[in-house]
Amino acid sequence: MRDYLVLRVIAKLMITFMLLFALYVQFHGDFGPGGGFQAGVISAAAIVFYGIIFGLQAARKVVPDWLVETMIGAGVLLFAGVGVAGLLLGGNYLDYFVLGANPVDGQHRGIFWVELGVLITVAGVMLKIFYMFAGRGEGGGE
Amino acid sequence: MTAVANHFSYWATLFIAIAGLYIVIARGNLVKKLVGLAIFQTSVYLLYIAPGKLIGGTAPIIADGFAVYSNPLPHVLILTAIVVGIATLALGLAIVVRIKEAYGSTEEDEILAQDQATLDPLSETKT
Amino acid sequence: MMAVITAVIARQRNLFGVVVLFGIYSFLMATVLVALDAVDVAMTEAAVGAGISMILFLSVLHLGKGVEMKPIHRPFLPLAVAISTGAVLAYGTLGLPAFLDPQAPIHQHVAKRYIEDGARETGVPNIVTAVLASYRGYDTLGEVTVVFTAGIGVIALLRRRRSRKQGEKP
Repeated sequence: MRDYLVLRVIAKLMITFMLLFALYVQFHGDFGPGGGFQAGVISAAAIVFYGIIFGLQAARKVVPDWLVETMIGAGVLLFAGVGVAGLLLGGNYLDYFVLGANPVDGQHRGIFWVELGVLITVAGVMLKIFYMFAGRGEGGGE
Repeated sequence: MTAVANHFSYWATLFIAIAGLYIVIARGNLVKKLVGLAIFQTSVYLLYIAPGKLIGGTAPIIADGFAVYSNPLPHVLILTAIVVGIATLALGLAIVVRIKEAYGSTEEDEILAQDQATLDPLSETKT
Repeated sequence: MMAVITAVIARQRNLFGVVVLFGIYSFLMATVLVALDAVDVAMTEAAVGAGISMILFLSVLHLGKGVEMKPIHRPFLPLAVAISTGAVLAYGTLGLPAFLDPQAPIHQHVAKRYIEDGARETGVPNIVTAVLASYRGYDTLGEVTVVFTAGIGVIALLRRRRSRKQGEKP
């Protein structure tokens, strides 16, 4: 697939658009449809697209294995960490209204960090699953 | 007849659900069974979201000019359900890949035949 | 239309065709969900069902023999089981509230409070995100944990040890 010029050019255009769209969906999840899960899946799909067109080795160079594995754990830790922060600042676990100056600000901040944690974990897991499935055939056949 | 008009959405959902169930039970290929399972899961999403809609309602995003909103609670539950469904699908496919490498095929009959063939010699005599 | 697609999937033998039809089915499901005002769910279903699921199915097909024939053996008993289950469930749905009924119980209690107080208490106009991240934050934590566990499970199932000669874990 590396030799088809049209596919390569279109892929480069579309991948940047897809990543940008994933970020837009993530940060506009408050005002329109969207949120962490959709953004995570879309950004993972962008990297998978890159891997399909340019080869699994190239994708592994761009997003290496250790980064993906770190992402999987980091998102859950971020989410749990927001809960613990609520605990340390005086409320119950996963209370957001203690995180800011007034309750609504606290809610905004809490929801932002929580959605970010969701994005990181979902993108990491989807990408890791793709790497595992695609890498399975490489070791045996190709 | 009003019963049909009122409950049509449930029955359409049920048709898809039992089609998915039939695929899981009646087909031997493992990958196709997983597709049937995924179809069954998506029919359940429809089952939950269809009762949430109101006539004249709009998507549950607060904006000026809209008064009636569709019920947001099923949306939240089904969002979680979709992501859990894909997690299940990924694990199922990983198991299928391992089965294919271990047995050489994804047909249920062939896998069971291979299991029977290896079990019988073990039950007779010890070497 | 989705019922037609499902029936075709059941009859279809070519596995690649089955996967493509499943992608079509996912897109149709996303369209139906938009018609039912569930925009968040439609976006997730389109991305997940038609995107990631298709990619995973195609990867698994690529690893195997590709186009596969599956034998049909006497489908009468499963057909009877499926249809009888459907008949019992259809009888059960007669007790459910009618479609598009605004007086149904699910619109009365909790949803009303979320719609009325959601924007004011959390400052987020998208009620689905507000409920998902703030009111029902625990459920989202559990869901992220489930996704994490699925990733760990796939890693555990499919990891290859580089040091072994044959390349497979027993």
